[in-house]
Amino acid sequence: MMLRAEWLKFRTVRGWMAGAAAAALIVIGLGVLAATGVTMSCMDGTREVDCPAPPTDTSGRSVADKFTFVHRTLTGDGSLTAKVGHLDGTITYPPPNHDEIVRGVVPWAKAGLMIKDGTSPGADYAAVMVTGAHGVRMQSGFTHDKASSPVREAWLRLTRQGDKITGYVSADGAAWQKIETVRLNDLPTTVRIGLFVTSPSGLTVEENPQGGHAVAARWTQATAEFSRVTPGGGWDETLVGYSDYRTTWEETHPPGHTETGGVVTVAGAGDIGLDTEGGMSVERVLTGVFAGLLPLIVVAALCGTAEFRHGLIRTTLAAMPKPVWISVSQATVVGAVSLVAGLVAVAVTLPMAVRLLEAKKVVVLSVSGPTMLRVALGTALLLSLAGVLAYGVGALLRRSVLAIVAVTALLVAPPILSVTSVLPTELSAWLLRLTPAAAFAIQQSVAAYPQMSRPQTVADGYFPLPPWAGLAVLALWALTAVAAAAWRLNRTRA
Amino acid sequence: MTTIEVNGLRKRFGSSVALDGMTFVVRPGHVTGFVGPNGAGKSTTLRMIVGLDRPDAGTATIGGRRYADLPCPMRHAGALLDPHALHPSRSGRNHLRWLARSQDLPDSRVDEVLTLTGLAAAGRRAAGGYSLGMRQRLGVAAALLGDPPVLLLDEPFNGLDPAGIVWMRDLLRELAEDGRSVLVSSHLMSELQDMAAHVVVVAHGRAIADAGVDELIGEHASLEAAYLRLTDGVGSIR
Repeated sequence: MMLRAEWLKFRTVRGWMAGAAAAALIVIGLGVLAATGVTMSCMDGTREVDCPAPPTDTSGRSVADKFTFVHRTLTGDGSLTAKVGHLDGTITYPPPNHDEIVRGVVPWAKAGLMIKDGTSPGADYAAVMVTGAHGVRMQSGFTHDKASSPVREAWLRLTRQGDKITGYVSADGAAWQKIETVRLNDLPTTVRIGLFVTSPSGLTVEENPQGGHAVAARWTQATAEFSRVTPGGGWDETLVGYSDYRTTWEETHPPGHTETGGVVTVAGAGDIGLDTEGGMSVERVLTGVFAGLLPLIVVAALCGTAEFRHGLIRTTLAAMPKPVWISVSQATVVGAVSLVAGLVAVAVTLPMAVRLLEAKKVVVLSVSGPTMLRVALGTALLLSLAGVLAYGVGALLRRSVLAIVAVTALLVAPPILSVTSVLPTELSAWLLRLTPAAAFAIQQSVAAYPQMSRPQTVADGYFPLPPWAGLAVLALWALTAVAAAAWRLNRTRA
Repeated sequence: MTTIEVNGLRKRFGSSVALDGMTFVVRPGHVTGFVGPNGAGKSTTLRMIVGLDRPDAGTATIGGRRYADLPCPMRHAGALLDPHALHPSRSGRNHLRWLARSQDLPDSRVDEVLTLTGLAAAGRRAAGGYSLGMRQRLGVAAALLGDPPVLLLDEPFNGLDPAGIVWMRDLLRELAEDGRSVLVSSHLMSELQDMAAHVVVVAHGRAIADAGVDELIGEHASLEAAYLRLTDGVGSIR
């Protein structure tokens, strides 16, 4: 009854319905605008080509999966042991402060043993490896990463037992230490097992004194020696994820492997992990949410203040003498209207913008189904909770301008200031943890992982809180605002 | 038959005493006038009857129950307290429709009270454009929405044109004659004299007289004269 009354109250003020509709239309409009404004071109050597879509892993995420793989068939259970060392390599152009090809290994260059479900990029895998500067690691599924001994030369062993893969490390080949066991679901009986080497771009991050940073990337290649490979022999070689293009360096130092005197030397370039650069992240088409929030905040705040500005609250209280329930019903109506606006905005924007981008051959980074659902529903929930927050602040402060400015400053300003590097990174990070703006984390489709070499600060679009935790911060703010408004109304009545 | 019982209401706002043991009973079947100087506590009393203010002490009940405890309270008591308490961009009809929803009443009842108060045509326009007289009519329509046995009206004649005053007077008298308890606060003694059968006179936050109109007028020439005599010297700004 109260909900029906409050809903009728809301929809019979034309400006409020128009504001909610405007919020959805702005999100859609800016999403389409963003999609039509993007172009993407790729070079295959000196030839301009349509950008290739990065491979996807078993859950549908865009991944980087490029390395030199020296492998053979493994049917059923089995194991591979090798001494991995002499990690070496080359770091090439471009500068800054770096105008010649130098010898060197980047921190995340990897050389080790791998079990992989075939040799197609994106196929499931588990691997143990030595790295340029991060010691021995066991990695799997493109995002899972476990650190072990901090050495650059080690005996490594990888064993398969059913769908369980276990990695071991040893300093002398005699005393073995287990790193961990991972489970690769649906791994077929026959897989590939072997040696791999890869090396991501060398990054130079230059801090800008005005905030933010510039990143320069240099192509690199790594080589490693595998000795005492047990069991050895019978190798195939696959350049996983390579195109036909070769850098000038590779023309004289091709990727691949050589075997002399029982030592296998492997050279490779690339990376194994999530792809964040091979396309546009899907949430970019939802940046219109920032602008769409403005009419929504105005409407929701006015919905909270109108009762007091016109003395209407006395009529409302006389009709429904339950102050707390009045606040709850009004917040529910505003939240529901905002949720519908958000759902419409997302349901139209995402498919439309993605289709436009595909038509323009712009690569959109693929995400898993659950992640896509989280981004879409989360964005709608963000709008809904933003409406509840603005209503609550309006009903609490009972001053329209003050409420609108306060909510905008708390919710919309921090992410814009962070991404545009107006604020110092540390301050931005704290704002994005504590203010309602933490909720924008729900839109982040690619999470930050420590084993990725790119900088992953708030200025790069990485939020400090996990998605749902960020949304929970906004929910807490919204609930607190409504509770405070209800408390004030209950205490003072009209 | 439902009565309004006000029993020993006390209320302080900071250092000033608004109500100081306000006590009276409004009985059904006739209009009861509620008069007193500005600041005597009329509006505060009315607000307390419908639960908009909490008393420090005392009770106000409608048919023996507190207003706030009544389910669908507008079906038990209708109140016109502030004709401006509406959203200016919502139409008069929609204003009544949300009230009807809150009392579980059909939209047909909204159209009935709009017709009854002469707002059938104006009801579709935004209420922000209404004159004070139209707002009073809309307020009466809202009070009558739940067809309640009890009506409370604060200064309903304000802003009405002469025809409106006659209409309001006749309407309130009819409503009372149907067996309702009708409490009307007003400064217009002449209007009350013609309409009310009973008058409660308040000053300094309490009832100083509670009697039939004829009894109150007594030897005085009019209700106005009697009122001025009763409240002599108490109307000053405190």
